[in-house]
Amino acid sequence: MRIGLVCPYTWEVPGGVREHVSGLAEALMDMGHEVSVIAPADDEAVLPPYVVPAGRAVPVPYNGSVARLAFGFLSASRVRRWLKDGDFDVLHVHEPAAPSLSLLACWVADGPIVATVHAAMPRSRALHAAQPILASALEKISGWIAVAEAARNTLVEHLGGDAVLIPNGVHVGRYEKAEPLPGFPGTGGTLGFLGRMDEPRKGLDVLLAAFTMMAADRPDLRLLVAGRGDPDEVLDQVPRPLRDRVVLLGQVSDADRIRMLHSVDVFCAPNTGGESFGYVLVEAMASGAPIVASDLEAFRQVLHGGEAGELFENGNAAGLAAAAARLLDDPARRATLAAAASAAVREFDWSVVARDVVQVYQAVAPAAGRVAVAL
Amino acid sequence: MTALTVIIVLVVVAMMGVYISWRAGRLDRLHARLEAARFALDAALLRRSSTTLELASSGVLDPATSVLLAEAAHDARSAQPGRELAESDLTRALRAVFSQPDFRALLAGREGAEELLTELESASHQVFLARKFYNDAVAATQAARQRWLARIFRLAGRAPNPEFFEIDDSLVPAGEAGARGADLPHLTG
Repeated sequence: MRIGLVCPYTWEVPGGVREHVSGLAEALMDMGHEVSVIAPADDEAVLPPYVVPAGRAVPVPYNGSVARLAFGFLSASRVRRWLKDGDFDVLHVHEPAAPSLSLLACWVADGPIVATVHAAMPRSRALHAAQPILASALEKISGWIAVAEAARNTLVEHLGGDAVLIPNGVHVGRYEKAEPLPGFPGTGGTLGFLGRMDEPRKGLDVLLAAFTMMAADRPDLRLLVAGRGDPDEVLDQVPRPLRDRVVLLGQVSDADRIRMLHSVDVFCAPNTGGESFGYVLVEAMASGAPIVASDLEAFRQVLHGGEAGELFENGNAAGLAAAAARLLDDPARRATLAAAASAAVREFDWSVVARDVVQVYQAVAPAAGRVAVAL
Repeated sequence: MTALTVIIVLVVVAMMGVYISWRAGRLDRLHARLEAARFALDAALLRRSSTTLELASSGVLDPATSVLLAEAAHDARSAQPGRELAESDLTRALRAVFSQPDFRALLAGREGAEELLTELESASHQVFLARKFYNDAVAATQAARQRWLARIFRLAGRAPNPEFFEIDDSLVPAGEAGARGADLPHLTG
């Protein structure tokens, strides 16, 4: 099939939806499909050959943080041109309710359109304000996919209609083997965190509080953090004598991300909300890292109710500290959890996930003809 | 001698009374001005968010821009605690939309577009003015309340101490005010 994928967030900054789109594109190409992706990106940006840039993304406040989006008539005309050149059998838009390329693609296209919702949106009132505008563009979508139950509920409650549940994918093989970062994990225990340091919903402050509690009776315990954000703001939350035991890597490459996951004794996912699937968890599971995660519904599902990783009460730093300490002191339990995680993560391998996605394409495409430009 | 002293004391007390009540009256007028400025600011902010919503639902813009603006305007209107942040976010969303290349040119000729954009720019400028006047009133009131006479005699009564309203309210990107001033002539200062 000829498949067009639309990513609403800039290609130049890593993020869950972008990772999903690139993973899906590569898995589809491995299956022999022809794939083109359009995403906000600078025309001069270095991109994989299958990505078409839609122009520079504009940073705007959206949904409680700053997102890099593409909107406006110029972006719409770039999408229109891409659709014409692509002559796709199916158009697959991601996060179509976000004010960016995916919504524009629904607006300018006709024919078989599949959409995937990623984020859970509790903001029903705000969506209500945008509802009439969204409705006419989104009613063209003939098949909906949700990556998790929470995302699906968003769709049912706010946009109307139902979705097929297909989880996020990960290239499990790429995560299985990696050299730990130099000097890690060490003998005194290392906790790990992956995600934006300046996004409160990622919960780094909960982990910093837990680390401070644990560091008192564990003189060699270290905390390894990879993600964007201001280092000073993070270190300010830790008592001065402990600061040299918090290692901040900043934003890391994909390869270092995997090495980082192999460098920790316990991987912590203290996210406090807004997470509908838990991509970092799946990455950590594929890397064989023992996991402690907050008991968000999405995390509970990915970790099979606690079988493939320990859960602690969302937001409770003492609970996180206790669970992480138990794991640090029990290598046998860590090995059991890691093995359970490695087995559980198979269902999230892209080879499995992409096959399910193609079935959705096949259900939608024959009845709706080819993708055409509507206006 | 005692009669003279009594008279002097009475005169001084009377003059002090007159002075204090004059200061109290002045403070009262400042509070009235502050209240008026607050109403004007509130009205200007509401006008800006409702004009933004009107533009968003007019069909003049593409759906992505419309959704972006509708959500920002809605958040600004409904944020009670955190209003400064939400209003600043609305400004940033408007600025991102207005500073797109050829934004005005692409909308030219669309039914009703010019009127809505002009209305929105004027509403944004009203926010800028109303906020400036409100903050002026806050500064004047705070200064008057901090004088020892006002503090000792509690001339402000139970009126709460006013706070500045600090938001980002410029539609022109920082540092480009000169370069783009010609496009947006009303957005000076």
